[in-house]
Amino acid sequence: MILEVKNISFAYEGFPTLFSNISFSVNQGQIISIIGPNGVGKTTLLNCMANLAVPTDGKILLEGKDLRRMKAKEIAMRIAYVPQFIIPSFAYEVLSYVVTGCAPRIGTFEKPKQEHYEIAQHALEQMNISHLAHKYYTQISGGERQLVSIARALAQRPKIILMDEPTAHLDYGNQIKVLKIVKKLAAEGYAAVITTHNPDHALLLEGEVAALNFNGQFIFGSSRDVISEDFLSSLYGVNLHLHHIPDIGRDVCVAAPL
Amino acid sequence: MNRNIYLRTVFILSLLLCTFALAAVCIGRLSANPLDVYRVITSKLGMGPAMDEVLEAMDTVLFKIRIPRALASMMVGAMLSLSGAVYQGIFRNPLVSPDILGVSSGASVGAAGAILLGLGMVERQSFAFLGGVFAVMLATTIPRLLRNYSNLVFVLSGIIVGGFLTSMLAIMKFVAEEQTELAAIVFWQMGSFADINMSEVVEISPAFLIGTILLIGLSWRINILSFGEVEAKTLGMNVRQIRGITIACATFLTASAVSICGTIGWIGLVIPHLARLLVGSDHTRMIPITIILGALFMLIIDTIARTLLTVEIPLSILTGAAGAPCFLWLLYRQKTNIS
Repeated sequence: MILEVKNISFAYEGFPTLFSNISFSVNQGQIISIIGPNGVGKTTLLNCMANLAVPTDGKILLEGKDLRRMKAKEIAMRIAYVPQFIIPSFAYEVLSYVVTGCAPRIGTFEKPKQEHYEIAQHALEQMNISHLAHKYYTQISGGERQLVSIARALAQRPKIILMDEPTAHLDYGNQIKVLKIVKKLAAEGYAAVITTHNPDHALLLEGEVAALNFNGQFIFGSSRDVISEDFLSSLYGVNLHLHHIPDIGRDVCVAAPL
Repeated sequence: MNRNIYLRTVFILSLLLCTFALAAVCIGRLSANPLDVYRVITSKLGMGPAMDEVLEAMDTVLFKIRIPRALASMMVGAMLSLSGAVYQGIFRNPLVSPDILGVSSGASVGAAGAILLGLGMVERQSFAFLGGVFAVMLATTIPRLLRNYSNLVFVLSGIIVGGFLTSMLAIMKFVAEEQTELAAIVFWQMGSFADINMSEVVEISPAFLIGTILLIGLSWRINILSFGEVEAKTLGMNVRQIRGITIACATFLTASAVSICGTIGWIGLVIPHLARLLVGSDHTRMIPITIILGALFMLIIDTIARTLLTVEIPLSILTGAAGAPCFLWLLYRQKTNIS
């Protein structure tokens, strides 16, 4: 067990409680898809796990230590965070961007050395995007940027990779590519926690589902056990269907005709 | 960008800076003859013939006026450009200049206060410095009050403090005696190195050295800060601490520069862009280039300011006249990169 979420609740100041009493754990090689309708706090839950948001109640343990008592540096050596989108203010080279993943292991007044550039280069190779190394971050496509962000997360050499809607803003092909990468990373032993708007992605990724609904209730379990037609229809408030397609050998979530 | 090309750029620019610095101490109203400068220096070192009257006058001009002035203009240019680059980086906004947190308006209020009180040059400088630092302290208190440390709140705080102080300055100008005090305030706000002597160069040297060394040391961290707070934090950085140190350094640099020569516009905005065009956005490279370019630019501007006409031209007139078209050209060159 790498990360343990223990009875956490969250409320933004002056707003009603978003969710309460959430508990689950994240293990090596596990994929957890956080699903639920807009505004239920999927990203907030993910941010709590990244120590970007502080739960109003309960605690999160990283390798047995309270996340809030740990230094940002110690957390960053274990947890990497891939933001939903990045708006670059300056045109950095992809390699200079990816090498910042080594930041937790580099002293405050130091600059990255050859070994760190090698780690960054290796991360790009893992993502099959070595050819982008010397391109400017501002000049590559949205799909490529997502891969570059994941490469930087790998350069961080974390145990858990948190991704906030890694497939948002991507075309269908790139969405599937990113999901494939998430699967591959899990197979290599990383734990991956992603938020997604598409329940079909949770089915594709298999693994675990963490669902938040309108009432602030939390449902956690293996995607095969948790996801059913009734469950999804009530979660999103529309009529959804779950079909097994024998040709491709998996369950597919589709909407009823409009 | 290739490391060798970067090092070559550093070398060429440093060479240019040295050449222009030598040229600047040779150019002036008394004598524009580099040979005289050479004679004065060899004579001082005991390697040439004794100085005649002309050379003695030259000696005074050289060591009392031109050398301090060249040193001061280079340092001030470097300081303003460096803090501009740092502010642009940490506020993720290429349109930010060193006075974003109100340092220039604070310094102007301080200097104007000293002028109205009829105080001397030294007090004027210390008031300007304290005014600038005080303005930034005020601007950085507002995010603390709001308990929101986002870049936007910092920038807005700067606008609030700057706006208020500009109004204070307007009151001071309004009550100032037109012929003397008002003229002095207006002249101070346009910047000049005319009254510089060696003691001022010595005064700002510690701020220049410490600020520059710290910021060069933190230049890679400034890259990470420029990604925004979320990314910097998840990369394990103590965002508030590092941002605090960089703001403090940039503020001391600007306040020290402004205190000896008045406010000088444009340089802090334009030079970082020029540096980015030459070596790219990576702060580990663009910060050293910004320092050299800023020194070079200010040295050239000040040499023009003191030699072009029979009267000294206020610096902001020249920096604006040169800086604004330069900025337009930079925008034109980078048009594909601006969203």
